[in-house]
Amino acid sequence: MADGAPIVLEARDITRAFPGVQALGGVDLVLRAGEVHALMGQNGAGKSTLIKVLTGVHAPDGGTIKLLGRGIAPHSPVHAQELGISAVHQESHLLPNLSVAENICAGRYPRRPWTRGGGIDWTETHRRARELLAGLGIDLDVTQLAGGLPAALQQLATVARAVATDARVLILDEPTSSLDTDEVQALFALIRRLRDQGVAILFVTHFLDQVYEICDRMTVLRNGKFVGEYACAKLDARGLIAAMVGRELVHAAKGTEHAVGAEPGTPAVLAARNISRRGQLKPMDIELHGGEILGLAGLLGSGRTELARLLFALDTRDSGDILVDGKHTDLDKPADALGLGLGFCPEDRKHSGIVADLSVRENIALALQARMGLRKFLGLAEQRALAEKMVAALGIKTASIETPIGQLSGGNQQKAIIARWLATQPRVLILDEPTRGIDIAAKQELMNEILELANGGTAVLFISAEIEEVVRVSDRIMVLRDRCKAGELPRGAEEDAVFSMIAGGSRA
Amino acid sequence: MTRVTQHALFWPATTLALLLVVSAIFNPAFLSIAWRDGHLYGNLVDILNRAAPLMVVSLGMTLVIAVRGLDISVGAVVAIAAAVAALMIGGSFSASGNAASEHPLWMALGTALAAAAACGLWNGLLVVKAGMQPIVATLILMVAGRGIAQLLTGGQIITVYYPPFFTLGNGYLLGVPVALWIAVALWGVLHLALARTALGLFIRAIGGNPEAARVAGIRAASITLCVYTFCGLAAGVAGLIISSNVKSADANNAGQLLELDAILAVTLGGTALTGGRFTLAGTVIGALIIQTLTSMIYSLGVPPEVNLVVKAALVFAVMLLQSAEFRGLVLRVARSARA
Repeated sequence: MADGAPIVLEARDITRAFPGVQALGGVDLVLRAGEVHALMGQNGAGKSTLIKVLTGVHAPDGGTIKLLGRGIAPHSPVHAQELGISAVHQESHLLPNLSVAENICAGRYPRRPWTRGGGIDWTETHRRARELLAGLGIDLDVTQLAGGLPAALQQLATVARAVATDARVLILDEPTSSLDTDEVQALFALIRRLRDQGVAILFVTHFLDQVYEICDRMTVLRNGKFVGEYACAKLDARGLIAAMVGRELVHAAKGTEHAVGAEPGTPAVLAARNISRRGQLKPMDIELHGGEILGLAGLLGSGRTELARLLFALDTRDSGDILVDGKHTDLDKPADALGLGLGFCPEDRKHSGIVADLSVRENIALALQARMGLRKFLGLAEQRALAEKMVAALGIKTASIETPIGQLSGGNQQKAIIARWLATQPRVLILDEPTRGIDIAAKQELMNEILELANGGTAVLFISAEIEEVVRVSDRIMVLRDRCKAGELPRGAEEDAVFSMIAGGSRA
Repeated sequence: MTRVTQHALFWPATTLALLLVVSAIFNPAFLSIAWRDGHLYGNLVDILNRAAPLMVVSLGMTLVIAVRGLDISVGAVVAIAAAVAALMIGGSFSASGNAASEHPLWMALGTALAAAAACGLWNGLLVVKAGMQPIVATLILMVAGRGIAQLLTGGQIITVYYPPFFTLGNGYLLGVPVALWIAVALWGVLHLALARTALGLFIRAIGGNPEAARVAGIRAASITLCVYTFCGLAAGVAGLIISSNVKSADANNAGQLLELDAILAVTLGGTALTGGRFTLAGTVIGALIIQTLTSMIYSLGVPPEVNLVVKAALVFAVMLLQSAEFRGLVLRVARSARA
C-alpha cells in the first residue's frame, strides 16, 4: 500500500489510435502490490481502451508494459490471464447454465487418470472450487447453477474465478454498478482480502464515494491523456472532478452575444412535470424556452441521458406529463416527438445515430422524410439539394454526399446527424454529448452551430460531460446527481460552482 | 469494367447466363422459343412460367429479410391459401366442363388472399409486438399453418372443377403465361412503391440500424408489420397460382420447402441476410437461377434419385461463384501459382 511496496505492473507511455480518434496518447499506470488503485475518467477518457490493452484485447501502438519488471505483450485475454492479469467486467460473465464449480474451473478442469476412465474429475473440481471460495471467505454451494445466484454472489464468484489463476493484477471494471449497498460491502470485503494477499487491484467506477472508501491511489485520464496520479487522501472529490473534467479554457468567444429570445409569460416550448422511470430517473421537472440553451450537467449515471431519452419518448416513462407550448401531449414514441417538433441527437452515434450503410444524403434526409411520411417522398433531387446545403452549412467533410456515412470521421458523422435534425427545423433540439469523441476544431464549429441555432429561436437541451463546454454555451445549467435534480445555476456560473453542485453529497 | 463487375446484379446475372449457356451446350434446343397453339413455347418460357410462384414469394421474402427478419412460414401460407380457394370454388365434375363454382371466383380469391395476409400479419405481430426472433415466430405458423390447411381440407386433396380458375396457373395472355404476368405485375407495383415513396429508404434504414431508424422518428414497428403482412399476401398469391396450376389443393405438399427456395433466391440475388441492403431485381434473377437449375437437371436427364444431390452440388457451386471471399481466394492462389 505504501509507496515503498514493490511495483507489480508498470505501463509507460501507452498509445493507441483508432480510425479518427486517438484513444490513448501517452498514458502511464503504475500498480503496486497490495494496493487498490482507482482508474478515473469520464466516458471516452480512455479507461476501457487502457484495460483492453492491459488484457491483450488491443495491442498498443506504442509504450511498454512491465509485469514484475519483465516486459510483456499480452495478445489475448487468455494470454494476459496466463501472465497474471485478470479482469472482471461490468456484467458478470458466468455461464448461467453451469454450476459455480464448473464456472470457476472452466478451461482447466482436473482430469481423472485414464486408468479410471479419463474424463473430468468432478470430486476434485468441486473440492478446488470450495477451497478457493473458502480461502476468499465466500460461503457458497459450488454445485448450484450460477444462473440461479443473486447478482452479488455471481459477482463474487466471478472475482473468485478471476483470481483462481494466481492473478498478480486484478482489474475490476465497474463491478458495483448493478449491486446495492450491502452487496457492495461484501465485494469490498473480498477486495480488501485480496489486497492483503498482495494482489494489485485496478478499480474502475463512476461512484466517487466508493473510490474514497476503498482505494489508496488513483490515476486520472482525460480524452486519452494521462492527467496525473494522486494519493486518494490528497485529492478531494472536487479536485478529482476538476481533474477528470478538465478546466483548460478554450480561448474562444464565450457565448455571450447570444440573446435569449423567449418573452416572459410565454409558456415553455417543452416542459415535463414529475417525469420518472424506475431505476433510471427519480421524478423531476424540466422546462425549456424558445431560443434558450439549457445545459445539463452531472456525472455519468446521474440521469442526464435517461432524462433526454424520456423527453424524446425513446424509453417509456413511469410517471409524468410532457407539455409542448403548455399543452398536454400524447408523447409515446419517437415518431410522436418528431411530429411535435422535437429533435434528438443520441449519445451513442454508432448504435443509435447513423445508419452506416446509407449515404450521407440519405442519413441527412431521414428525419425530415420520416416527418413527411411515406407518401410525400422527397425525391432524389430534393434530397441532394438538402444534403448539399447542409454539407456546406456545417462544413461536413465528405468525398461526396453519396459516400456511406460509416466512412466519415466521428466529428463529421456527428455533424451529419445534427444536420438530419436541422433539416426538420426543430423547435426543440436535444443534444446528448454532441461533442464526444470529436476533435477540438470540430467541437468549436459544433458549439458555434448550437449557439446559432438558439439565436434562431430553437430551444436547445445541451448535455455534455465537459463542464467547461456546458458553462460556455448555456443560458441556464441544470445539475443532476444520483438520478435527481441537484439544482440549477444561472448563466455565467463559474465552473467551480458546477463542480461543487455535482460533487454535492459525496465526501469532499 | 470494374464498374460493371461491381454492380450488385453482375454476379447473379452472370450465374444465370452461365447456367443457360451450359444447358444450351448439353441441349441445343434449350434456348429455342417457338409460337405454338397461340402462345410462346419453349424451355425458357417454361422456366419463366414455373419460376413465377417462387418469384412472388421471394419478392415478399426480400422485404422481410431487408428489415432484418425472416419468414419460414411462406410454404404453409401457400397451402392455406390454396386450401381456402379450392374449398370455396370447389365445384363438381361434369363431362361438359361447364361446372359452376360454389362461391363467386372473386370472393374465393379474395378470401384466400385475406387469409394469407392475416397469416403475415400474425407473424408480424409476433415479431414486432411480442419481440420474438423472426425465425422462431414464423416457425410457429410454418408448423401450425400446414396443420390448419390440413384441417380445412380434411387431409384430402381437394380437386377444383371450375375452369376459369385454371387461367391463373395455366392460361396465357398475349402469348405469355398469366402466372408470369402476375409475378411481373407484383414486381412492378413493388418497384413503384419503393421508388416513388419513402418506403425503400425507410426499409433500408430499419434494416441497416433499427435503433437509429426509430430515433430518427421512423415508425419502424408499423413498417415492419406491413412488410410481414405483404410477405404473407405474396405467399397467398403464389398459393393461388400453384393450386390453379395443378387444379387442386394439396395441404400436405403445396408449397413444401418453398420457404427455403425463397431464402435461397433472395440470397442468390445479392440481398444481405443481415438486413438493410436488398435488391428486387436480384431476387427475381435468383428465383430464375433456381428454376433454371431444376429445369436443367430434368433436361439433362439426371435420374430422379440423384436429382437432389446434383441440385445441391450446383447450388454449392453457384454460391461459391457468388462469394467475394472465395473469388478472392481463387485469385490469390492463381497469382501465387504464377509467381
